[in-house]
Amino acid sequence: MTAVPDTSIAPAAADRDPRRPRRPRLRNGYGRPVLELVMVALTVVYLFPLYILVVTSFKRPVDVAGNPVAPPPDLYLGNYETAWFGADLGRAMVNSVVITSLSILGAVVIGAMAAYAIVRGSRRWSTPTLMLFLLGLMIPAQLGMVPLYMLMRDLGLLQTYWSVIIVNTGALMPMTVFLYAGFLRTQSPAYEEAARIDGATWWQTFWRVVFPLLRPVTGTVVIINAINVWNDFLTPLLYLSGSSSRTLPVAVFSFRGEYASEWGIIFAGLVIAALPVLIVYFFLQRHIIQGFGGGLKG
Amino acid sequence: MTAVLSRGRSDAPVRSVPGRPAPRRRPTVAPTWFLLPALVVYALVVLYPSLAGSVLAFTDRSGFDPGEWVGLANFEKLLRDDAARAALTNTVAVAVVITVVQTTLGLLLALALNSAIRARNLMRTLFFAPMMLSPIIVGLLWQYIYTPGGPLDSTLEGLGLGFLTRSWLGSDGALWAIVASIIWHHVGIVMAIYLAGLQSIPPELTEAAQVDGAGAVRRFWYVTRPLLGQSTTIVIALTLTASFKLFDQMFVMTGGGPGVSTQTLSLVMYQQAFVYGEYGYGTAIALVLTMIVAAVVFVQLSITRRGEHQV
Repeated sequence: MTAVPDTSIAPAAADRDPRRPRRPRLRNGYGRPVLELVMVALTVVYLFPLYILVVTSFKRPVDVAGNPVAPPPDLYLGNYETAWFGADLGRAMVNSVVITSLSILGAVVIGAMAAYAIVRGSRRWSTPTLMLFLLGLMIPAQLGMVPLYMLMRDLGLLQTYWSVIIVNTGALMPMTVFLYAGFLRTQSPAYEEAARIDGATWWQTFWRVVFPLLRPVTGTVVIINAINVWNDFLTPLLYLSGSSSRTLPVAVFSFRGEYASEWGIIFAGLVIAALPVLIVYFFLQRHIIQGFGGGLKG
Repeated sequence: MTAVLSRGRSDAPVRSVPGRPAPRRRPTVAPTWFLLPALVVYALVVLYPSLAGSVLAFTDRSGFDPGEWVGLANFEKLLRDDAARAALTNTVAVAVVITVVQTTLGLLLALALNSAIRARNLMRTLFFAPMMLSPIIVGLLWQYIYTPGGPLDSTLEGLGLGFLTRSWLGSDGALWAIVASIIWHHVGIVMAIYLAGLQSIPPELTEAAQVDGAGAVRRFWYVTRPLLGQSTTIVIALTLTASFKLFDQMFVMTGGGPGVSTQTLSLVMYQQAFVYGEYGYGTAIALVLTMIVAAVVFVQLSITRRGEHQV
């Protein structure tokens, strides 16, 4: 069984370590093929919605009206043309990229610094401050939604990138500080102490010595936060809908109103909106699954 | 390391406050101002609005009317409001059902895909893939799947199960049809967390039990299950808090209908505050949601504290 190329998450290293003799397998002979069959069947059923998504996006209206499960008679690309040009999805994609990257950049920079001050700073403040940040994991955004909306309106930031970027950065603080602080606790302070003794300022010590050592957890922080921000709907709906700065989920949603039940066009739009993340996913799947799976353990 | 520590100590001021031990300085105490940028943004976006919201919930502020203090009137209104009442029961029911079903399915998937079966890595990738998609994409996709005569109905007919077809999103069961799509969307994260937990269990343990003659079920129950405690805590905390705040899927697929049957607290809150401009009342609904989440987190923390020792 170990002959199967094991490329995905945390390959059972012990199984492949050549120095170790292979463990005798004690499983009963027929258990595994049955499980394999069940799992293959389950996977096929599980993928059915995605099959529908792709297949429908290539259908002409007349074919959509026909058998909904049948594959399209030919590779009709008209839906993609209409979706791309009709809804200005390119613009929305650029908006999503700008908003996601700036939000994540902000969260990483200030979140890592805060976690550093919490873990390595004055002990008197560290626990209460961490608790204050963790409180944010619990409070639903809805509670502050109206005051925050009025605040952004008074600051004149509605319909601008900045409103969403500031809101995202603040909303990401609890998770970011939580992940960085958890990781920093396990790190020895030896390197930064050495840097301090050599006369580095705090700023230099943090950015040149500490931050590079945080790379593994920065990866997790970026992955988890980026997917949340990219897919977020309610925040950009409140702050950007109707403007040209709207993100992909908002654009795709307004699409539904525009094309009512022309599912071929709607689904072409959905596929375009899904492609960027899916491409990233298939390149980084190991890190992404591990980041979500293992990274959340504080 | 030791050199650093002793140097740090010798540098510490010898001056001592009478009655207190001499202050013992740590060699490196990171500056507190590193906290400032994060605290400012966090206070601006989370702390201040949440506090202001907690006050707003007791006023009748709306649109451009600054409103005034009305005490508990908003909460009394909530109890008379069909949509809000439905939202309250739906939110709790949905959170419980999603947590139970999604946790069970995710655990079963992880167990199956942690065993040495063919193509398990491909299957892990595929089961996790929907997690990458926006709830809006998934919501629109399933809205079509559920249309009368759509993919689900025609599949059922093809299987000779035509009697099961119905107006999935237009009847009483609409809430559970949406729940099914949400579980399809999110089961991958549960699987991933349990897989990470399973991979941290040394295989020697289960193999020893196997040599001792324990069957698969007993091996799981007595060896694997107790060691997955921390994973279960994370899964349940994540699933519960996410399920209490559900908005996107209902907003896209039914808008709360038919009638009020798929309302959730987040959806009613949005409609009241941002569609009808009832800022005070909408925020009161959000406060109820906050209380529910806080109560659940409190209960879970106290159970966890007893069960296992962790931060």
